[in-house]
Amino acid sequence: MKRTTSAIALVAASILGLTACGGGSDPLTAETTAAATGGGGEPIVVGGANFSESTLLAEIYAGALRAKGVEASTKLNIGSREIYLRALEDNSVQVFPEYTGALALYYDKTFTGTDADEVFAHVQKVLPDTLTVLDKSAAEDNDSIVVTAETASSKNLKTIEDLKAVAGDLALAAPPEFKERPQGIPGLESTYGVVFGSFRPLTGQGIVQALKNGQVGAANIFSTDPAIAANGFVALEDTKRLFGSQNIVPLVRADRAEEVKETLNAVSAKLTTESIAGMLKQTDIDKADPKTVAEEFLTTNGLG
Amino acid sequence: MTWLGDNWRTVLDLAVSHLYLAGVPLVIGLVLALPLGWAAKRWAGAYPVIITGTGLLYTIPSLALFVMMPLLLGTKILDPVNVLVAMTIYTVALLVRTVADGLRAVPDHVEQAATAMGYRGLRRLFGVELPLALPVIAAGLRVAAVSNVSIVSVASVVGVSQLGDLLVDGYNRVIWGELLTGILACVLLALLLDLVIQAGTRALTPWVRAQGGRP
Amino acid sequence: MIPSLISWLTDPASWSGEDGIPTRLLEHLGYTLLTVVLAAVVAIPLGLWVGHTGRARWLVSLTNSVRAVPTLGLLFAVSLLLGPRISGELAFLVPSIVVLVILAIPPILAGTYAGIEAVSPAVRDAARGVGMTGWQVVRSVEVPNGMPLLLSGIRSAVLQVVATATIAALVGLGGLGRYLIDGIALGDYPRAAGGALLVAVLAVVLDGVLALVQRRVVSPGLTAGARSGRQGRGGSRGGPAGLAGGGRRGGVSGSGKDSADEMVEGERFVGETRAPL
Repeated sequence: MKRTTSAIALVAASILGLTACGGGSDPLTAETTAAATGGGGEPIVVGGANFSESTLLAEIYAGALRAKGVEASTKLNIGSREIYLRALEDNSVQVFPEYTGALALYYDKTFTGTDADEVFAHVQKVLPDTLTVLDKSAAEDNDSIVVTAETASSKNLKTIEDLKAVAGDLALAAPPEFKERPQGIPGLESTYGVVFGSFRPLTGQGIVQALKNGQVGAANIFSTDPAIAANGFVALEDTKRLFGSQNIVPLVRADRAEEVKETLNAVSAKLTTESIAGMLKQTDIDKADPKTVAEEFLTTNGLG
Repeated sequence: MTWLGDNWRTVLDLAVSHLYLAGVPLVIGLVLALPLGWAAKRWAGAYPVIITGTGLLYTIPSLALFVMMPLLLGTKILDPVNVLVAMTIYTVALLVRTVADGLRAVPDHVEQAATAMGYRGLRRLFGVELPLALPVIAAGLRVAAVSNVSIVSVASVVGVSQLGDLLVDGYNRVIWGELLTGILACVLLALLLDLVIQAGTRALTPWVRAQGGRP
Repeated sequence: MIPSLISWLTDPASWSGEDGIPTRLLEHLGYTLLTVVLAAVVAIPLGLWVGHTGRARWLVSLTNSVRAVPTLGLLFAVSLLLGPRISGELAFLVPSIVVLVILAIPPILAGTYAGIEAVSPAVRDAARGVGMTGWQVVRSVEVPNGMPLLLSGIRSAVLQVVATATIAALVGLGGLGRYLIDGIALGDYPRAAGGALLVAVLAVVLDGVLALVQRRVVSPGLTAGARSGRQGRGGSRGGPAGLAGGGRRGGVSGSGKDSADEMVEGERFVGETRAPL
């Protein structure tokens, strides 16, 4: 009898203990929390998607906010746009690094503009009332269709248009979303008449590996990805601007925009495509910690 | 491994989250599985229904359950509660059968002797049947623990932070130190839970050692 | 959500083409069969050997600790390792199958070992007394007696592979996991739910088929013994007769040695190894 009472006590105690642990400080929300240095206001959570650039930008935004006394933390690796948009809407995150073109298309599938300012204006128009965008950065990160140096030379490829003749024999590796996004497979067909032989849905590194190891003939890789340079890949020119303009821009909850506007606009002013590509090389090729690289960027640019 | 040396703090944080997400459902799942398992044993007609029912829950892929939770619970999309509830469902599905079978394995004559001595109902359950069924239940709990640790790592795909993050990032940036650390940390965590449950079982079943249960 | 799920399932477009349900189902079934066969080819002889000779029991404990390895991690690691070494389409198949096989070996090995080990020493003695050679003992006595647990091991392996193969879609594998992964990436939740449902259905169907196989293959003498075994044996565990080895263990409790021993505690939960992924 004694044993069983102690058994029950053990179980009960552990439940209480574990729930108490959980209830107190949730180890799962903020990954990094800086001490609030009188910035006032509630904490800001900056979200990031599941690719290096998004992580880097999230760390940059969060670091800049922290430097101005805001209690900022990051929530990284949020899988898909659908998921993190919901996170913005239910206030799990308040800031998210985004891309003008992708946003415009997400909220308006019929949009075909390609000029940077045009796209930006359209984004502001089609965003729901709960969200807003701050100033856009000159830095861009577009989708691109990439082939190996070997393929480019053997098939004489310089622009996406050149793929028209040979795409039927090639497999394309891309994130699953690419298949159905208007700028993805459908766009390739309608704008360039390019139809690939087959489609391989993969994630992040899988895409680079598949292209590198020759399991696919072409891949959809982001233009700032250091893997392109590191592997001698060739990004085919988007002569018809299918992939439009993709300026980096902070997507923010409308009710928190005032608090972060000044800080993040200053960041956007300093971001350039080259600096991002350089930073990504540090995180992805040199395997540096994104937080450290972000801090360095901020200090160098007088933002941290 | 230099990567671990530089990042052990992060690994520790993630490990704590992982332990929380894998461990709490074990406790809650066990508590929920006890009455269900008992009901399955008590009423022979209920057994196939309960067992098949929970068995079906078991076949749902974890990723699907993680994603469906916000829709079912009305929680926020990134809320770790989604993972907790999903893992509890799996634990219950696994343990109900173990509890039922453990209780069934208590020989009838032992039950009858206990009844004859005056143990009835709950008292008999907690005083006689559960202790005797403990080894079987504990074995099931060990399987559930190891299983949970592995499944929770998948939650990184939906943005819930734990050791799985090391796997995803290690793969995405091809950092072998990180990837291997993630794998090793999960294995160690699973083994840790396994040992804790084993130790707990040993502590709660002293009669096994007294009987010289080891062959 | 349910209505959109139903509309996805009933949409003829979902049933045609290379992403259609029949194709993905067959792919998934194919991966499962391939994996289980490969795993059985390794695990069953190994389990028979360990169970029959009683040597190298540490092998069973070792393979059981393999279950602790996170599937996701193993998939990523093996993909990175093997990717550069395999060309063409196979590069998406082989790493995943390798991982699935590695993870399917423990339950089959545990089941085989437990089944053989649980054969009562008296029965084994009798067999030798009758003049059977070691090999004959294995074939005519141990395997038939160990069938329930062996088949339980296979059933749990099948369940596990069906579920785990869905995750492999992350590194390029086809099958029903595609609906899950692509659905989540696209925010197409009816598709993801549909994929999950199909996986569950496939798992249940396969388990049912194997249950039928079990009924045909397992000697009726074993199942009959189970019923009487539950009543009478003092201090034994009862349950399927494959556990009659309770005589060696003494008492209801397991000796708590290694998880393989615990596996003997029930074909019931040799039937539950890892939860589905």
